Amino acid sequence: MSNAVSAMNGASFKGSVTIKDTGLQGMITLRGDFKSAVVAKALKTATGTAMPETGQILHSAKGSAAWMSPDELLLLVDYTKVDAIIAKLDKALSGEHALVINVSDARAMFEIKGAATRDILAKGSPADMSKEGLPVGVMRRSRLGQLAVAFWMDDEKTAHMVCFRSVGEHVFMWLKNASEKGSLPKYYT
Amino acid sequence: MSTRLQSGGRLIDRTKQIEFNWNGKRLNGFQGDTLASALLANDQMLMGRSFKYHRPRGVVAAGPEEPNALMGTGEDGRFEPNQRATTTEIYQGLKSHSQNHWPSLEFDVGAINTKLSRFFPAGFYYKTFMAPSFAWKHVFEPIIRKSAGLGKAPTHKDEDSYEYFYAHVDVVVAGGGIAGLQAALTAGQAGATVLLMEQAVDYGGRAITDGVTIGGKPAAAWIKSTLAALKKLPNVQMRTRMMAAGVYDHGYLLGYERLTDHMGPSDGPRQRLWRIRAKRIVTATGAIERPLSFAGNDIPGVMLAGAVRDYIADYGVSVGDRTVVVTNNDDGYRTAIALHEAGLNVPCIIDPRGDLDGELPAKAIALGIRVENKSAIGKVKGGKRVEAVTLCAQAGEGATLEEIKCDAVAMSGGWSPVVHLWSHCGGKLNWDADTAMFRPDPARPPLGADGTGFVIATGTANGHLDAAAALKDGHAAGMTAAKEVGYKPARAAAPLAASEREAAMMPVWSMPQGASYELKSKTFLDYQNDVKVSDVRLAAQEGYESVEHTKRYTTLGMATDQGKLSNINGLAVLADSLNADIPNVGTTTFRPPYHPISLGSIAGDAHNELFKPIRKTPMHQWIDENGGDWEPVADWRRPYCYKQGSESVEDAVTREILNTRENCGLLDASTLGKIIVKGPDAGKFLDMMYTNMMSTLKVGHCRYGLMCSENGFLSDDGVVARLDENTFLCHTTSGGSDRIHAHMEEWLQTEWWDWKVYTANTTEQYAQIAVVGPNARKVLEKLGGMDVSAEALPFMTFKDGELGGIKARPYRISFSGELSYEIAVPASQGQAFWDMCMEAGKEFGIQPYGTECLHVMRAEKGFIMIGDETDGTVIPQDLGLNWAISKKKEDFLGKRGQQRSHMTDPNRWKLVGLKTVDPAKVIPDGAYAVDGTMRENGMHNMIGRVTSTYFSPTLNHSIAMGLVLNGPDRMGEVIDFPTIGGESIKAEICDPVFLDKEGARQNV
Repeated sequence: MSNAVSAMNGASFKGSVTIKDTGLQGMITLRGDFKSAVVAKALKTATGTAMPETGQILHSAKGSAAWMSPDELLLLVDYTKVDAIIAKLDKALSGEHALVINVSDARAMFEIKGAATRDILAKGSPADMSKEGLPVGVMRRSRLGQLAVAFWMDDEKTAHMVCFRSVGEHVFMWLKNASEKGSLPKYYT
Repeated sequence: MSTRLQSGGRLIDRTKQIEFNWNGKRLNGFQGDTLASALLANDQMLMGRSFKYHRPRGVVAAGPEEPNALMGTGEDGRFEPNQRATTTEIYQGLKSHSQNHWPSLEFDVGAINTKLSRFFPAGFYYKTFMAPSFAWKHVFEPIIRKSAGLGKAPTHKDEDSYEYFYAHVDVVVAGGGIAGLQAALTAGQAGATVLLMEQAVDYGGRAITDGVTIGGKPAAAWIKSTLAALKKLPNVQMRTRMMAAGVYDHGYLLGYERLTDHMGPSDGPRQRLWRIRAKRIVTATGAIERPLSFAGNDIPGVMLAGAVRDYIADYGVSVGDRTVVVTNNDDGYRTAIALHEAGLNVPCIIDPRGDLDGELPAKAIALGIRVENKSAIGKVKGGKRVEAVTLCAQAGEGATLEEIKCDAVAMSGGWSPVVHLWSHCGGKLNWDADTAMFRPDPARPPLGADGTGFVIATGTANGHLDAAAALKDGHAAGMTAAKEVGYKPARAAAPLAASEREAAMMPVWSMPQGASYELKSKTFLDYQNDVKVSDVRLAAQEGYESVEHTKRYTTLGMATDQGKLSNINGLAVLADSLNADIPNVGTTTFRPPYHPISLGSIAGDAHNELFKPIRKTPMHQWIDENGGDWEPVADWRRPYCYKQGSESVEDAVTREILNTRENCGLLDASTLGKIIVKGPDAGKFLDMMYTNMMSTLKVGHCRYGLMCSENGFLSDDGVVARLDENTFLCHTTSGGSDRIHAHMEEWLQTEWWDWKVYTANTTEQYAQIAVVGPNARKVLEKLGGMDVSAEALPFMTFKDGELGGIKARPYRISFSGELSYEIAVPASQGQAFWDMCMEAGKEFGIQPYGTECLHVMRAEKGFIMIGDETDGTVIPQDLGLNWAISKKKEDFLGKRGQQRSHMTDPNRWKLVGLKTVDPAKVIPDGAYAVDGTMRENGMHNMIGRVTSTYFSPTLNHSIAMGLVLNGPDRMGEVIDFPTIGGESIKAEICDPVFLDKEGARQNV
């Protein structure tokens, strides 16, 4: 996989915040019954996390699990281990009605870092970007400008954002434009 | 003479001189000046020409309500028309000019219109230019368009940038006057998150200029300490130069923040459009002074009384040495007193009222200012500048008692609360006869989703013209807002404001009372649209009773200021003409925005490279660098062809087709939708989604399928592959992936919610690359890694494996009729795989090909294309695809629709091939076939139309497909396709499969 490249191939930009393509990220879509103990157990094995509540993202040393919809999770794991984890999940869920599919390459992921992170996100997403509206531990499925994205805060200064790979360049340009000199709204900072 | 005073001007910094350009002249002002105050300081009272009559006009107001002083500002990419001089702050190097005149502001040819004004009464264009009918379009309209209108449209692309900002707050306070500040403080101290916005550069509203005291101290001191208290609250945000532009359902509010307008070109966005969700909106938007209706009230130098004292207090500018004040209320006397205190002359205060017993008239009289009661202005004399007024009795018809020389007239017809934001979303108004104003009815606010009012009007905007009442009301509004959003404000009394006690005003809608027609036709109501009292009277006389109709007939209030000054005066005149009460006539609708906002701010950051997101495949950059000639396909870009050197597009397409048919072609097919459908009921589900049977598909095999809407019309098509017993992968068209995925989810979530099926859109997980042509297998064999032989991987099957070290899933499917593999590889390795194919294919003549080559090759094979052969009205049966419609299945989406009588009509046009008689002539796309007979309306009877048409280099012949009446029964017949040039192209009806009907080329 030495010839595999992420959407923006690790590009970065430093403006009022620092924007970085975080490179290849293992992502798995898991659809199934969240109430099923089998699903919860399979999830625990795959990411080391419990089942996230509505809107939640949970992290562990092994990976993360984010709530996407009432029957869909996004699992974040090591890119190189995706196939192995999917094989394990498929085996564990063989008796269940569930869907496990690799979406690592269908997405782009960015890190947005800096004190102005919430200000930058609030230029593009109609969701509430205050500490109360987007606390650490919540993944918000929303939009950025004209595009569907999902994002969460790792801490007060750092956000991660996921979008479709084909529009990764647009999202990167959008974030770059939003953090250009002289454009900081200073609402959350 | 208007001029700069020796001292004064709280908003200007006299140590910072600013040079700006106006109408080509270099002028000076001070930091903090508006264009209007700076022009007045330079004795430039004439600031524009009126819309219809090209009358000379000067500035009337000092705020956003200004109707006359509209300027073009900036140049080229920063040019903007119709900017109010009163809200445009000057900066070093600002370029500006006045509008609507030729050749110059001072000498304007269009002013002839004012002499012809009796030919342009209300609705003149409805009456005057009725005949002959062609003349309106070709003669009258072009002339009127040229002479009417204000600023010119920009001709350059906007160079500035703009952005949005989304905020969620408990309470928005619109307006930073004393009531707004108090409301923000009360709500903020209670704990609510508050966003306070003030459209002007500074807080305080009119309180400072009007000498209000709060808690015994001047208003300025209270404002300062209140701002300091607000700044300490972490839950309160304050913004100046930010206007609340509109209130919408669910507490949605647009804020218009002007970031760099006062600085000229700078870093960062010029304006920011705030899109706010507020639980409560407090409108502390103040009031706007009304003009008085007397003849010549539009002559430069006639201004609102409040504006005259604003120019003194805020900018240290005198509008004239001798200013006559005409007022029907006590507030107007503040202007006379301010003028007097600034050392300027007030020849007379003209007041139509009888008893003048308020504190302010007493003060004016004590200062020795002449006051004439029961009096009126008969008319203003002057052309480009006020020279004098005639004094007359208010009760009479305007007979001159005395002529008073003056340079300016300060008029006050009372105040109208700014109820716009209250009204945008349905807040209702009451007419208060005592103060002659519409004020918000607190019992009928705009209602939110929970049925409670979400807008709270306060202060002057709520009808409290008295400072003490306004401040108290601001406090109450802050309490109410905080409580309603769930906080418990501490019980505290509002600070006490004080101002002079004012006596009752007297509504005066016409001055003098019995003004003659001649005077009325010089009495302007709407300055910006040149609507006079006589126009509204004429409308009433002609039967216009509804205020909404009168507005449109006379254009009263329809200009860019939306009647901020003229609205109440106009409907009072209408009410009087109709002999009705003002509340019975009612107001016109208040619509957002309150004040024009720029189109740039509405577009936000969606311009230049961010205008529209473009979806890019993993090979996008390579294609771009290798001659790809882009065309949009849904939100994607796909190469139409790859141009080599100076080759034309047509030549490139021909080369690509021949090379793919003879050697090998490489196609980026990544844009095709790839939807995973999994579950025990997946087969059953797909049997419903597709017209043909999918549940019987064997694992490892592929099947072409059609999808229809419920009505039976073709919606999408593609190849379905069965990955395992429970899992299918459905290919969709490039434009259909998101739509079909949503379509599937909708049926699963709303109709078949108990079926065990999950879907996932994995379109972008894969780069899909088609290796096509007689040498395709050789290329893949050279890459190595899996057996791609005809035996191991027969036609219409797929296999998972590895090619060139990359995990790959080749599908043996063909849209070209050639030996073809569509290979799905991980998107992150798409480019790497593409490079390998190009490299390995070198010796086999591989060349990339674009969408046009794809189109021609599929047309040669008679394959249909969704969007070409279909247009939303075509069913599979029309296209001869009956073989793909299952007869065994009990049901599928579209089955019922296709049984309707119109769908089974044998006269539906059906798909056939069309071979032109002249092999070199290509039928134009969309051409219709005729049979030579005519319809009753004189049009040709049409018997068919072309759906796809190309020149086939493979066959060296023009080919087409089309839908033709009884087409399949008319093989061999020649039909006519008339073209726009008049020529008719003859084509023979034939089988739509032009090449290799047996499929020998692809099945190898």
